Amino acid sequence: MTAPLKDITPAERARSTSFYEASARTRLDLLLDAGSFVEFIGPEQREVSPHLKIFDLPEQFDDGIVVGRGRLDGAPVFVAAQEGRFMGGAFGEVHGAKLTGLLRAARQVASIPVLILFDTGGVRLQEANAGELAIAEIMRAVMEARAAGVKIIGLIGGRSGCYGGGGLIAGCCSALAVSEPGRIAVSGPEVIETNRGVEEFDSRDRALVWRTMGGKHRRLLGAADVFVDDNVQDFREAALELLGLVGPFGLDSLKAEQERLADRLRRYGACFDAVDIWTAEGIAHAETVPELPADQFIALADRIGRTSRDAR
Amino acid sequence: MTLDDILTALFPDGHEVRNDKGVLLGTATLRSGDSMLVLGVADRTALGVDEAIRLSGHVLRSIGRDSGPILVLVDSDSQRMSKRDELLGLNEFLAHLAKVLIHADMNGRPTIGLLYGHSAAGALLATGLATRVLVGLPGADPAVMDLPSMAKVTKLSMEALEEKAKSTPVFAPGLSNLTQMGAVHLTWSHAAPLADQLEALLADMPAARDGRDALGKARGGRLKAAEIAERVRDLALQAR
Repeated sequence: MTAPLKDITPAERARSTSFYEASARTRLDLLLDAGSFVEFIGPEQREVSPHLKIFDLPEQFDDGIVVGRGRLDGAPVFVAAQEGRFMGGAFGEVHGAKLTGLLRAARQVASIPVLILFDTGGVRLQEANAGELAIAEIMRAVMEARAAGVKIIGLIGGRSGCYGGGGLIAGCCSALAVSEPGRIAVSGPEVIETNRGVEEFDSRDRALVWRTMGGKHRRLLGAADVFVDDNVQDFREAALELLGLVGPFGLDSLKAEQERLADRLRRYGACFDAVDIWTAEGIAHAETVPELPADQFIALADRIGRTSRDAR
Repeated sequence: MTLDDILTALFPDGHEVRNDKGVLLGTATLRSGDSMLVLGVADRTALGVDEAIRLSGHVLRSIGRDSGPILVLVDSDSQRMSKRDELLGLNEFLAHLAKVLIHADMNGRPTIGLLYGHSAAGALLATGLATRVLVGLPGADPAVMDLPSMAKVTKLSMEALEEKAKSTPVFAPGLSNLTQMGAVHLTWSHAAPLADQLEALLADMPAARDGRDALGKARGGRLKAAEIAERVRDLALQAR
């Protein structure tokens, strides 16, 4: 960056900042209206994991998640951002409890939406039981908040992707925006390879990882409603767009989701690779999808890709 | 106890629960004469997209048609670890199952999970941990993550992990550790009829509010979760 900061608008800064490369704090700083973010239990409180010292591992003063409130285009939002560079953004006891508390408040308030900036490998294995249970509590809290009318938007595009229980929480959100590096899955590539062998999944085959779990495939499947380029401003605009689109949650949403997922199994259950699914979706030269630039892919996805609107 | 033994002991007045390749679907009759919807995973079957969609469909078909509580029996592997399941969006299928169970519980169909064998990771999140009350049977052996996967991810040796697992409840597999965390509410005994213990639980179900963090604190397993969640909640409410 050559120009002095004062000459750059916040939107320009957000547009030129990679979501993937940015820290959780930078993402929030640029995603929300300038200067609007207020953190709850910030790092100065030093609420660290009580468990990492058992493994002689370093702690972090925010336990790898930043939660608070801010404004988006003037309207209040609750926000949580995971830091994928600390323990892979994994859910531990303190980390998870911060998000649970935020969601419980959102349920009580009922009128303020929640943005969750996922960046996680799933359960933090050094405190696996506490992390797993934290995820179960977050899923419950998400659904209770949604039942109370709260819109919960997941933004996925970080280094650690959105794996394990993070993928299940994402599946509970009202809507998701994803960028190409925003992988969403339950079992990570290494875990599948360890358990099932390299013939089942070669975790070093990066192209395979991206097209099986990456943002483009999730958008085309309808798992994510919006695909964005990898910059913070696009995520901000996607969050605003989704907040305008999300409808009420109820039994009908779950019935529609049942039909949506059953339909996916009927259509694509026999496909061996993502390229087969994209071809079955009617995309010509589906093998070129991974190379498409974001704008061309978005045009394609808007024409062909499914959505999960009112069906999740 | 085999699954058949457990079902017979739980429902002496009869049940129609079928085990189709590890997917349990059916209904059972309670002593009161009311019916209980039953679903679950048996025979240490992995929970993949094909299993999850049948389980969620079973619950959704029952909502609005039936009344009464719901029992989720669990003796599963972890989520199915495969290219196909992830390609098709396993996270959505598992989340959907959990959402359906949570929705039912919040809307007059109280849910009970019964962990009678193994379970792990995403399979446990989508089944037992998505119920209001999770009960363990003696001998159940849940493990959030298996040790080989843990070793790979943590880059610790199996020996080091096994050594730490002996003294560390917060990550070690096992029913007692999950009980101490507040994940498992209670463990039933084989000394008394299971039907009596089920009836006693149904007669005294806790409120639908999630109290697992408080339970974990009271049992000394999770000392921070409840306090942190409460502090964030209070700060967020004040900030309005």
